Amino acid sequence: MRDELYQQTILEHNRNPRNFRKLEGATHVAEGYNPLCGDHLWVYVKANADGVIEDAAFEGSGCAISKASASMMTASLKGISIAEAQVLFEEFHKLVIGELKPDVHPNHLGKLTVFSGIWQYPARVKCASLGWHTMHGALEKTKTISTE
Amino acid sequence: MSAFDVHRYRAEFPNLKINVHGKPLVYLDNAATTLKPRCVIDAINAYYVTGVSNVHRGVHFLSEQATAAFEYSRQVVRQFVHARRVGEIIFTKGATESLNLIAQSYGRHFLKKGDEIIISYMEHHSNIVPWQMLCQQIGCVLKVIPINDQGEMIFEEYLKLLSDKTKLVSLVWVSNSLGTVNPVKKVVEAAHKQGAVVVIDAAQAVTHTSIDVQELDCDFLVFSGHKVLGPTGVGVLYGKEKWLELMPPYQGGGDMIKSVTFSGTTYNDLPYKFEAGTPPIAEVIGLRSALEFLQTISWENMKAHKEELLDYGTKALLSIDGVRIIGTAKDKTSIISFVVEGIHPHDLGTLVDQEGVAIRTGHHCTQPVMEFFKVPATARASLALYNNKEELDILVRAINRAKEIFHA
Repeated sequence: MRDELYQQTILEHNRNPRNFRKLEGATHVAEGYNPLCGDHLWVYVKANADGVIEDAAFEGSGCAISKASASMMTASLKGISIAEAQVLFEEFHKLVIGELKPDVHPNHLGKLTVFSGIWQYPARVKCASLGWHTMHGALEKTKTISTE
Repeated sequence: MSAFDVHRYRAEFPNLKINVHGKPLVYLDNAATTLKPRCVIDAINAYYVTGVSNVHRGVHFLSEQATAAFEYSRQVVRQFVHARRVGEIIFTKGATESLNLIAQSYGRHFLKKGDEIIISYMEHHSNIVPWQMLCQQIGCVLKVIPINDQGEMIFEEYLKLLSDKTKLVSLVWVSNSLGTVNPVKKVVEAAHKQGAVVVIDAAQAVTHTSIDVQELDCDFLVFSGHKVLGPTGVGVLYGKEKWLELMPPYQGGGDMIKSVTFSGTTYNDLPYKFEAGTPPIAEVIGLRSALEFLQTISWENMKAHKEELLDYGTKALLSIDGVRIIGTAKDKTSIISFVVEGIHPHDLGTLVDQEGVAIRTGHHCTQPVMEFFKVPATARASLALYNNKEELDILVRAINRAKEIFHA
């Protein structure tokens, strides 16, 4: 039997997504789109001069998994550095494809481990990662722009 | 009591006996692909166990046997669609390849810059993209017949789009995402008055109604084997002989030639001119079994059974709070697209799957339709001859359970 996908935390974040708004003055923005399922969101990150994320938000539409994942992501980004956010991205990516087992491998995921069973639902992994890939794209893209 | 013995037919589909997540499978994704009856599986198996050989090549026993079986399948397909000549039946790898063949071979040969092609708003991507590619290649123009809120093509708008510039009309007979049955006969008549040829995408229609290409008078008709109880990897292209004769080959290779020299090649006769390379032999043989199986069933009784299911399923779904049905055409086949307020179709798909119910969720390769109805995706229950009312009850219970979980 597979682990239950729709845990209370996920359902709760789907009903009341955190930081679900456009973020004025964002330093990093990207649009994420999954044409297969129509999930479509924007991720905003606002970092200060020291590279510390002061605020993060998202908006758009998608399934419960993509919404809850993006919601929990924005909450976990606040107060950490861009470099730490990239580490978190890597860890989350490994978590959802089943390569990182939270009780075995040291990590910084905290509450995000609620997605640890999703690798058992291969068709839904992309839902959980959409917000994260978008965030990763936002951080990478702006880095490129800033070096010009 | 209906004249249609569902129970008897269910026994012919071994896949119906499996459990999914510990629950009996309820397979409601027939518009994506149908399950296969035992006779189809046996026919494919027999070819691989005792009959393996290539076709049209050897003089040995197995090759002659395989060639005869392969060509007999073509006869069965000809009969199934009521084509005049057996040479008008081309085997492809599916409806998609059939459409691409028409676009690239007929389209590039007969159409020119400024010519117009008409399709409808409810086409599957496979009946949009090949024409867009052709338009890019030769500079012809794609026109789209609009649909109304019920998901029906607006016939008057079609007539307005038709002009002496129209050279080709390509239309889906039955919409895979809405269930709408299009008035293809009237569409053909109007197009022919303007001298345009008509392509009919019958991928969903093949299990809905009997097909008579001569009565319909369409110039081309395509379908896939796997949506008509047959195997994947094989499809059919019917084309009027007069067009196929004039069309250049689509792909080059073995079997499609009479002779090859470095100074030039002579192409083979129909239908081989369009069948380069080793064809899907086992699949063609399997397709024959599928069509023969269907021909043992009365279309009338099967249609009545599916209409009863459509009616029952529609009412049952509408009895759930927050369900909206997308596609409410007057003439509709047993495909029910719907959305449930507060639950994204993908979450619904996963949750009903936990109850053993297979439905399709997504845009069904018809993104323009999704955009028209302002939904990112829908859930779709598509019903086949072997489905029954109990399965629809299970679907309804599964949706209600999903609603409880989501507090929707």
